[in-house]
Amino acid sequence: MIGTLSENKKAALLSVLILLVGCFIWEMSIPAQKAVEELTEYERLTGGGQPKAGVPPPSQVLGKAWEQLSDPFYDAGPNDKGIGIQIGYSIYRVLTGYLLAAVIAIPLGFLIGMSSVAYKALNPFIQVLRPISPLAWMPLALFVIQDSEMSAIFVIFICSIWPMLINTAFGVAGVREDWVNVARTHELGALKTAFTVILPAAAPTIVTGMRISIGIAWLVIVAAEMLVGGTGIGYYVWNEWNNLDLTSVIFSILMIGVVGMLLDSMFGLLQRTVAYTE
Amino acid sequence: MANAFLSIEQLTQRYPDGNGGEFTVFENASFGIEKGEFVCILGHSGCGKSTIMNILAGLAEPTSGVVKMDGQHVSGPSLDRGVVFQNYSLLPWLTALKNVTFGVQARFPDWDKAKVIEHSTTFLAKVGLTGDAIHRKPSQLSGGMRQRVSIARAFANEPKLLLLDEPFGALDALTRGTIQDELIKVWSDTDQTVFMITHDIDEAILLADRILLMTNGPNAQVAESVEITIPRPRNRTDIVEHPNYYAIRNHLVHFLGQRSAELSGQSGGSGMHQPKTVRIDVTDEADDPEPAPVLRAVEG
Ligand SMILES: Nc1ncnc2c1ncn2[C@@H]1O[C@H](COP(=O)(O)OP(=O)(O)OP(=O)(O)O)[C@@H](O)[C@H]1O
Ligand SMILES: [Mg+2]
Repeated sequence: MIGTLSENKKAALLSVLILLVGCFIWEMSIPAQKAVEELTEYERLTGGGQPKAGVPPPSQVLGKAWEQLSDPFYDAGPNDKGIGIQIGYSIYRVLTGYLLAAVIAIPLGFLIGMSSVAYKALNPFIQVLRPISPLAWMPLALFVIQDSEMSAIFVIFICSIWPMLINTAFGVAGVREDWVNVARTHELGALKTAFTVILPAAAPTIVTGMRISIGIAWLVIVAAEMLVGGTGIGYYVWNEWNNLDLTSVIFSILMIGVVGMLLDSMFGLLQRTVAYTE
Repeated sequence: MANAFLSIEQLTQRYPDGNGGEFTVFENASFGIEKGEFVCILGHSGCGKSTIMNILAGLAEPTSGVVKMDGQHVSGPSLDRGVVFQNYSLLPWLTALKNVTFGVQARFPDWDKAKVIEHSTTFLAKVGLTGDAIHRKPSQLSGGMRQRVSIARAFANEPKLLLLDEPFGALDALTRGTIQDELIKVWSDTDQTVFMITHDIDEAILLADRILLMTNGPNAQVAESVEITIPRPRNRTDIVEHPNYYAIRNHLVHFLGQRSAELSGQSGGSGMHQPKTVRIDVTDEADDPEPAPVLRAVEG
């Protein structure tokens, strides 16, 4: 019967199986915690019976997920907001910083790609700035900008600009000369050439850069929010860790993964629409 | 010659040779092309044919010399000079039809969309492309179909001069034949002037009014201009029956096989190098035919 299924269905079946087995092993390997009433006097005195910071079983995480996702947007004060609100803050910061970066990186990348002088002039700066960990900018950003929200956005901006800039320049510089000659023999102006020939020709490379950037931005926002605090999924993880609520920590880690995957697949879709075969 | 439709005057192209010096691809090449003429240029690989064509297209600047079309200096590319590139150069993200409308829109900016599409489909039909094939991307078309799109794009723009760089180089003999017929058909419907590079002697005889012969590079020259004294319409099967056919063909084969090397590098110093006009017509006894060389069966 399994032999007749398509490859995709087989793979999906296998995925579910792996998930179930993994959860089962996880569930089984966690020693059941004693209820408070069952503790001995001694255990109670030594604090051994504190709600233990042990790793919670998947069933508990699932329960947490249900509880959180059934009311994702509640807001009960600064330290108690729904997961939806926290993720919303993070996405807002990521998109703001990311779009700012795109608005600068893509036109600048175009210029660098079109002119070898601009490329040579800007290359040393790019090479030095690119390997800097985005979080290393944080103290400087906080000092100069004096606003934690804006600093987080700045950090996203600075980390997502490089892949877009480099890929745009690379894609534009690599546009086949024949295609540019087609534009030239049709007397297209510079702007028209840029939009009707160079942009579509370089689009796959540019979108690849955008996809890399959004991935990095999502990685960085979690760390940035842990430092900046206040709101966001990164802060939420950190806050739950301080509360020793590991169930929430694991749940939010999973949410970070899911949102990251969604962001990435959006760009995957965009990549497919701009792709072409020569 | 000076008031030909297209006149090439003392064109020289030099490139750096990589050792700090420079080498001359061709020097003082001069020739003219009349309006409505179909001219082919033959020469060995590397003699500078594509270089000449890029200069005519305005895509490259010569080291010295001028190109005039209708008395105007050619500087930079223009819609008046359509180019069919050797490797088709279709834009791969556009469908066949869009590749043609791309050109038509640039040429006739005030036409509305329906008219642009109608004009484009007409020209695609002229080269035998109809139906859903025109809505496919170049990657989904065969090599011959791509070449036809490329020809349709150039013709649809109705340029005064059409430049073709080995347009059939990558095609098999059968497809080549069909597209050659289509090219001739489209060309005879218009008063366009065609300048075409080819490696194929038979193709050149079939299509051209006149064949320019280049000697080997470096220091190549446009040495001869051979008139094709076979009346039109020509047809690939009947043309070989014509008495002039083998006389012309032998002359061309002899030139490319032997004389192009002998003549090469004979830099004649300065001054105009007009190609020598050669007229071979065995049907016309008054004109002494070139002694037919006994070189045959060499495939061009
Ligand atoms: N940009 C360039 N820089 C240096 N040398 C060049 C350049 N372009 C062409 N050449 C040289 O000029 C000569 C003529 O080149 P061209 O492409 O015009 O030859 P061709 O006659 O078209 O040959 P083919 O039949 O193989 O296409 C060659 O020796 C080539 O190496
Ligand atoms: Mg060439």
